[in-house]
Amino acid sequence: MANFKHKDIIALQDLTKQEIELLLSTAESMREINNRDIKKVPTLRGKTIVNLFYESSTRTRTSFELAAKRLSADTVNISPSTSSATKGETLADTALNLLAMKPDIIVMRHSVSGSHYFLSKKLPCSIVNAGDGVHEHPSQGLLDMLTMKDRFGRLDGLKVAIVGDISHSRVARSNIQGLTKLGSQVFLAGPPTMMPPGVERLGNVTVCDSLREAIQDADVVMMLRIQQERQGKTLMPNAREYARYFGLNPENLKLAKPDAMVMHPGPINRGVEMASSVVDGDQSWILKQVENGVAVRMSMLYHVCEGELE
Amino acid sequence: MADEKTVILDNSGIKRALTRISHEILERNKGLDDVVLIGIRSGGAFLATELAATLEDIEGIKPAVGTVDITLYRDDVGSSQSRQPVGRTDIPFSVENKRVVLVDDVLCTGRTIRAAMDALMDHGRPRCIQLAVLIDRGHRDLPIRADYVGRNVPTSMKENVQVIFDAANHACEVLLEK
Repeated sequence: MANFKHKDIIALQDLTKQEIELLLSTAESMREINNRDIKKVPTLRGKTIVNLFYESSTRTRTSFELAAKRLSADTVNISPSTSSATKGETLADTALNLLAMKPDIIVMRHSVSGSHYFLSKKLPCSIVNAGDGVHEHPSQGLLDMLTMKDRFGRLDGLKVAIVGDISHSRVARSNIQGLTKLGSQVFLAGPPTMMPPGVERLGNVTVCDSLREAIQDADVVMMLRIQQERQGKTLMPNAREYARYFGLNPENLKLAKPDAMVMHPGPINRGVEMASSVVDGDQSWILKQVENGVAVRMSMLYHVCEGELE
Repeated sequence: MADEKTVILDNSGIKRALTRISHEILERNKGLDDVVLIGIRSGGAFLATELAATLEDIEGIKPAVGTVDITLYRDDVGSSQSRQPVGRTDIPFSVENKRVVLVDDVLCTGRTIRAAMDALMDHGRPRCIQLAVLIDRGHRDLPIRADYVGRNVPTSMKENVQVIFDAANHACEVLLEK
């Protein structure tokens, strides 16, 4: 079994297949803690974790906070409205001030892609990426992979369709990196305005012309959120037209394998990316994704603490 | 690499030790009412399964068997010693008010046992915890003593005691490596 040698987890792009497998297998073991009466182990007792979220988040921040608390770490949450960023302080200054309070891990979400790499070079503590701009969202990628592994017992050889706003999706990038390293075949579909040029270079992916082509015989259909806060109004005419061509409904879902699983990183625009009946349907694994998020983040926090040694 | 290996217990010696421990467990607990076995992963878990089978042969009743992984309860997280993959704890029954026999292969400093007891307490409040080990090699850091011991083997810290398991996870040999 490989050791984890990284001080930080910023992108699945930076991790080997063995390191990703180690994070997933540790998360599988961590799940036992989340299912018992006393949901706590003393592993990170005495460690301080700062959740520095420059973008709004419910799921990810709560999940990281629960993960830290279940490992007995102390947590501090900083959001944009309560931070000095509103007074014009730079990211580097905020981080150096936080460092003076001796955190062991900073979990950060930031709208600027690559900001975590900048911070990791400046700070000796571990940096864990909770989403950076349109770059990567490694914890979401890992929890998606764990959920697929739960369903199929493997990732090798799965056909995974990722549909929607690929350009602005850090979730898609992390999934492409992770899934292709672990042997899945990834098919992408989305409006041409939402498909980044040269996306094929990210890994072993196939760009499809339509949703129907991508989800044909797929084991997994992963729908992405329309990120209106990032894309402005120029990339699609309106939500109704998007839903018609790239929305997942009970009819087009029949093109996928009969036991295909449906996933979404949330929050969902019901009726746009997915019909409500699919969101709440038998093939939906969306809530299981959220459940797996805590275990995956426990695994990440545990391993960066071990990786500090290197 | 160890230069010299001495066999402390062979297969039949291990079987005799487990049979004796089984009789001691039955005598001390006056049967198997409320007795459960919990093995410490990984060697202890294999031995707990063997012990349960031996108890069944003697008493006709098989006690429930669980497994505890102590990696997340170690007191040295972040040190090079702690770099082991996190295994799975699997206790498919309540330990509340049970007589828990904790099983491990080798008892040395006692830190693993302390971690295992902490982990067990997080699953409930057993009536009591007893400790069964195949080998007690001394060198305790903590005030912990085994209730059932297969063989006491005084060792130096330079030596290593290793329990060898076959492909079916049966203990087949105990080696002292010098």
